[in-house]
Amino acid sequence: METYSFLRELADSWGLLVLFAFFVGMVAWVFRPGSWAEHRDCANIPLRHDDKPALADEKEVRT
Amino acid sequence: MSNYIKLIALGLITLFAMIAANYARDLAYMVHALLIMVVAGGMFLWTLRRTDEPVPAATLATSYNDSVVRAGVIATAFWGVVGFLAGTFIAFQLAFPALNFDWSEGYANFGRLRPLHTSAVIFAFGGNALIATSFYIVQRTSAARLWGGNAAWFVFWGYNLFIVLAATGYLLGSTQSKEYAEPEWYIDLWLTIVWLVYLAVFLGTIIKRKEPHIYVANWFFLAFIVTVAMLHVFNNLSIPVSIWGSKSVQVFSGVQDAMVQWWYGHNAVGFFLTAGFLGMMYYFIPKQAERPVFSYKLSIIHFWALIFLYIWAGPHHLHYTALPDWASTLGMVFSIVLWMPSWGGMINGLMTLSGAWDKLRTDPVIRMMVISVGFYGMSTFEGPMMSIRAVNSLSHYTDWTIGHVHSGALGWNGMITFGALYFLVPKLWNRTGLYSLKLVSWHFWLATIGIILYAASMWVTGIMEGLMWREVDANGFLVNSFADTVDAKLPMYVVRGLGGVLFLAGSVIMCYNLWMTATRGPAVDADTAAAHATPAE
Repeated sequence: METYSFLRELADSWGLLVLFAFFVGMVAWVFRPGSWAEHRDCANIPLRHDDKPALADEKEVRT
Repeated sequence: MSNYIKLIALGLITLFAMIAANYARDLAYMVHALLIMVVAGGMFLWTLRRTDEPVPAATLATSYNDSVVRAGVIATAFWGVVGFLAGTFIAFQLAFPALNFDWSEGYANFGRLRPLHTSAVIFAFGGNALIATSFYIVQRTSAARLWGGNAAWFVFWGYNLFIVLAATGYLLGSTQSKEYAEPEWYIDLWLTIVWLVYLAVFLGTIIKRKEPHIYVANWFFLAFIVTVAMLHVFNNLSIPVSIWGSKSVQVFSGVQDAMVQWWYGHNAVGFFLTAGFLGMMYYFIPKQAERPVFSYKLSIIHFWALIFLYIWAGPHHLHYTALPDWASTLGMVFSIVLWMPSWGGMINGLMTLSGAWDKLRTDPVIRMMVISVGFYGMSTFEGPMMSIRAVNSLSHYTDWTIGHVHSGALGWNGMITFGALYFLVPKLWNRTGLYSLKLVSWHFWLATIGIILYAASMWVTGIMEGLMWREVDANGFLVNSFADTVDAKLPMYVVRGLGGVLFLAGSVIMCYNLWMTATRGPAVDADTAAAHATPAE
């Protein structure tokens, strides 16, 4: 099979399926139980460390 | 030691540029060779003066690298005014062709200035804004200093050298005739180098971050950097005719070349002007509103949906061409689906203000950011609609397209960048607030009215000329000649030019305000503006 036909068939079969599955999986992952607290913490990232970086010995800066 | 390597490299580049200037086959190439010779030679001397001098103690990692962001802010404001001025001038050239002066023919006529305008606003204004804000944001959200030391400076100066080479090339007629990718092969190669260093600096900072999570703004910036690199390389695959000349020949040809061009062109909109600027939105709106983004879950879904869909939307630029129907239908469908994540992002930005809507009344900076998100929503509705084949048959090749682009570029990209500049300058120059909030209000209204004049006149003239082009009489003959449509458009072209004047005036006011903020510090409105500089804990 020539490259074009092969790639076209791959794109509208397995390629499509893989991308779609990844997307659905991503949405499921976002809404997984227990993600709420983590997301609230992430959303607050811009509101800290405004003036200087975290200290060198600071391993984790989560509040 | 590294200075010796630098000196050898700079010396060789200078020498090569001298030879190139001598053998140059066209004017643009010669001017660029001389330019590179001067720049590389100057840097050679500059490096030489500093070689074997005692090295000052390295800056500790206890502060952010903001000097390069300051330079980026200045460059953004400067190129913004240049780009808006060029745009306003060519708008009047279209209304009054006499402005294509005889003495400037071949250098400053519409055809030469138009790419200068588009590149100045997209790549010079927008690009500098993206580089500066991404460097600012990635440091704060990673709680780490910028990786790579002076590499960030290389990115800044290298990128601005690219802009100067591109702009002078356009005026001298060096172009590969690809929209938004006009620069010739050696400029493309230079941009590739600069861009890879940009990626390294950005990624390096993310890798050494102290925050466990990568904040969503950085995801958007990373998608922007990686995708633009890929688009740039594929769309600029060309073989130079001679190493001593600027002309090159594209590797793709015919419909493949057209498809690659609009795969690039539309994703330049999608990843340069959308993803990157969404990175700004996800940082500056929460900062200015002093509250976290409305929904972090939505922001993640927004991100993945946007990058999954945008990359397929390009073929809608090629309806009714030699492109196969399935490809243009694919582009159309993905463009329409794209409406949803776009509005998801818009809602996320707007709703970040829920509970703080009163700030719209007191803070003109946040008003600017909110109207930019509003324009984002408007143009991401208009775009999918125009990608529908039936609508496109009316809108394509008309001024409606230009109106659509400008409501997105002036409204969304321009306004969010202005908001970011108003946020950044007091922070970067250690001021408690802006010089004058009243001037921000002036800027806001001038820019908004300017955009409305622009977009409204382009809707009218675009739909009018689309209808005039397809009008046939009872015997099936076309009623109007092309010149008839040009004649009918004059009033709308004048209104469009006036809109540009208002927008330009607003940006000049902004520059004055930012200059006074940086040099004189807060003046009359100091108390009300103090809120900006309060560190958020």
